[in-house]
Amino acid sequence: MATGVKIESGGGSSSVFGSLRYWLLTPSWLVIGFFLVAPVAMMLIYSFLTKEFRGGVIWEFSLAAYDQFIFDRGLFGDDPPKLEWTYIGIFFRSIWQAFSATVLCLLIGFPTAYFIATRPIHTRPIWLFLVTIPYWVNLLIRTVSLKFLIRDSGPLNQWLISFGILDSPIHLINTNVAVQLGLFYSYLPFMVLPIYASVERYNFVLSEAAWDLYANRWTTLRYILLPSVKSGIIAGCILVFVPSLGAFLAPDLLGGAKNFMIGSLIEEQFKGNAGNWPFGAAASMILLTLVLIVLMVYARQQSRTESKYS
Amino acid sequence: MGGNIQTTAIKIEKVKKQFGIGESAVTALTDITIDIFDNEFFTLLGPSGCGKTTLLRMIAGLESITAGTIFLYGQEIKDLSANKRPINTVFQQYALFPHMTVLQNIGFGLKMLGKSKSEIIDRSEKMLELVQLGQFGDRRPSQLSGGQQQRVALARALAPSPKVLLLDEPLSALDLKLRQAMRVELKQIQEETGITFVFVTHDQEEALTMSDRIAVMSNGELQQIGSAQEIYEQPRNQFVAGFIGETNLFDVIIEDIQEDQAICRIGGTCISCTVTGSAVKGSTRQISIRPERLSFTSSPEDGHITGVIERLTYLGTDTQYLVQLDDGTIITVRSQNAHESGVNVQPGERIGLELGKGGARLLMN
Repeated sequence: MATGVKIESGGGSSSVFGSLRYWLLTPSWLVIGFFLVAPVAMMLIYSFLTKEFRGGVIWEFSLAAYDQFIFDRGLFGDDPPKLEWTYIGIFFRSIWQAFSATVLCLLIGFPTAYFIATRPIHTRPIWLFLVTIPYWVNLLIRTVSLKFLIRDSGPLNQWLISFGILDSPIHLINTNVAVQLGLFYSYLPFMVLPIYASVERYNFVLSEAAWDLYANRWTTLRYILLPSVKSGIIAGCILVFVPSLGAFLAPDLLGGAKNFMIGSLIEEQFKGNAGNWPFGAAASMILLTLVLIVLMVYARQQSRTESKYS
Repeated sequence: MGGNIQTTAIKIEKVKKQFGIGESAVTALTDITIDIFDNEFFTLLGPSGCGKTTLLRMIAGLESITAGTIFLYGQEIKDLSANKRPINTVFQQYALFPHMTVLQNIGFGLKMLGKSKSEIIDRSEKMLELVQLGQFGDRRPSQLSGGQQQRVALARALAPSPKVLLLDEPLSALDLKLRQAMRVELKQIQEETGITFVFVTHDQEEALTMSDRIAVMSNGELQQIGSAQEIYEQPRNQFVAGFIGETNLFDVIIEDIQEDQAICRIGGTCISCTVTGSAVKGSTRQISIRPERLSFTSSPEDGHITGVIERLTYLGTDTQYLVQLDDGTIITVRSQNAHESGVNVQPGERIGLELGKGGARLLMN
C-alpha cells in the first residue's frame, strides 16, 4: 500500500550486525530444508523411478507411474493407450469433496467468527478457546466418534426418529455427505480463526456509514463487510481446502471404498507390501502441482488488485 | 433571525437519552428541545461528553431515543431506521470505504437508492468537482491526504441530496491551517447547496465563525441557543460565558435595580450590569465581564474601577493584563496592540479601568 514505510536497516551499526542477522535464520533454513524441501525432492525423484514389488523403488528412470495415472494400456500393457478415468475420477471427486467441505465451513464459520468478533472484548478469548477445544482430542478419535454418531442406528438417527422428524433412519455413513461432514468438522476452526482475525480489525463505523447511505443489512454485508474481510475469508478457504484435498482419515472411516479420495489413494501406495511407491509419489506430485496452481492464481490476482491502486 | 417565520427542518422535542437500565442508568441527554430551521448552518457546541454527538446520532437514526421525538419537515422520524431517512452524515474519522475508489465511495448512496449507472456517474463527478477533487476519482482513500479524505466524505454525504447534512466534528483531525481553510469552504458549500447543515464541534472558534445559530450544550443539557453574537455577548449562564471566549466571573450582591440594569459592588465601587432573566435586590449572583470590554483610562481617578497591574502578557495582536483591584480580586483585561504607543502601562503601576456600555452581564444561576 502507499502508506508502507521502508525501514532502512540499522544505520551505522548495520555493518557489524548485518552478517550476523543472516546467520540467525540458519536454524529455520535447516528445518525447512530437512523437513520440507528434502522430502518433496525425494518424492519428485521417486515418481520418476521404477517400482519394486515389495514396496520401495528400483533406481531406474521410468515414466510408468505418470503413464499409469493417465492412461489405460490394458492388462498386459500393450494395448493402444486409452484415457484412464479411475484416477482422474478420484481426483475430481477429491476436489469436489474438498470444495463442498470448504463451502460448508464458510457458511458456518463466517457467522461464528462474526459473532465472536462482536462480543465484548474480555469475553472473546473464552469463545476462541471453545472453538479450539475439539483440537485437544485426536483427529482419529473425533472421526470415529462422528462415525458412531451418524451411523444408521446411531444417536443422530434415533433422536430424529424419536422426535418424529424422520420415519426411517437416513443413511449417511459411506456416502459423500458423510465425508464432507467429516472434513467440515475436522477443519472448521481453520476457517473461523482467520476470519475472526479480520472481522476483529474491521471498522464497524463503515457499516454505520453504509447504513446511513441507504444500504440495508444484505447490501452492507455484500458491498462493505465481505470485501473488507476478504483476505481472512480467502486465508480460511485455503487453510480448509488444501488439507481437505489430501485428507485420508475422513474418507477412509466415513466414506468407505466407494468414496475414495486422493489422500487415501496415496496412502495405500505406501502402506504394506501391496503398494507402488513411484505411483504414490506421482499422485502426490500431481496433487502438489494442483495446489500450487490454485495458490499462484490467487497470489497473482492479489498482486494485480494491489498494483492497480498504488 | 429570531423574529422571522421560518420553516423548521428538524424539530427535536423533549428528547431524552439514557444508557443502561435501573440503578446503573446514565442519563446522556435531558429534555432537549431545539428547532433547526431550513437552510440553516446549525452548530451543536459543547465539551466532550456533553451529549452533542449522541444527539446528532439520534437525528441520523444511529442511536435510539429513550423519550421524546424528532420531526423532519413535519414528519415524525423517530421510528424510521437510518437507511430510510433522507439525512446523511459526515463521520468524524470519515469512515470512507477503503476497498472502493473515491468515485465509488461518492456514488455508494445513489447506488443503494437504485439510481441508474449514468446518473450515479454524473452526480458523483459533479460532487467531486464541488469539493475540488476532480482528478482524484480513481484513487483509493488511503492514497489521499487527511484534508482530501475529508472532502470525499463530504461529497459522499452530499451526493444523494439529503434534506439535512450532519457533520460530526469533521475538522478535528486536520491541522490548523487546513481547518481554517475548510471552515470557509464548508460554509460556502452550505450556501451553494442550500442544504441544512447540523454541525457538531467542541471548538468554539469553529462554531462562532461558521454558524447561523449555535446550541451550547453541557452535561446533557441545553444551555443556550442563539446566533454567535448572542451567545458571545449575552451569555445566559456561567457555563456559556466561560466556555465561549474568555471572561471574568465574579460573585456579587445586587445593591439596586434600575430598569434592566442591576447595580452591583465590585472592587470597592458600584457598576451597572445588564440583567439576564430576573433579578432580586439583595441576592447574590454572578456577573461576567469580557476582558476586551475593559479599557485603561488616562489617569486612575477617571476610571470606574481602580487597581494595580500584576502581570502583563504580550499575545501578538493583543496584550493581556492581570489587574489586582483594591479589594484584592484579580481581573483580566485585554487590549489590542493597534498602534505602537497605545496605553503604555507597566507592572506595579496604578491604573483606572473603564467598563464599556453593556460590558458587564448579570448571569442566571
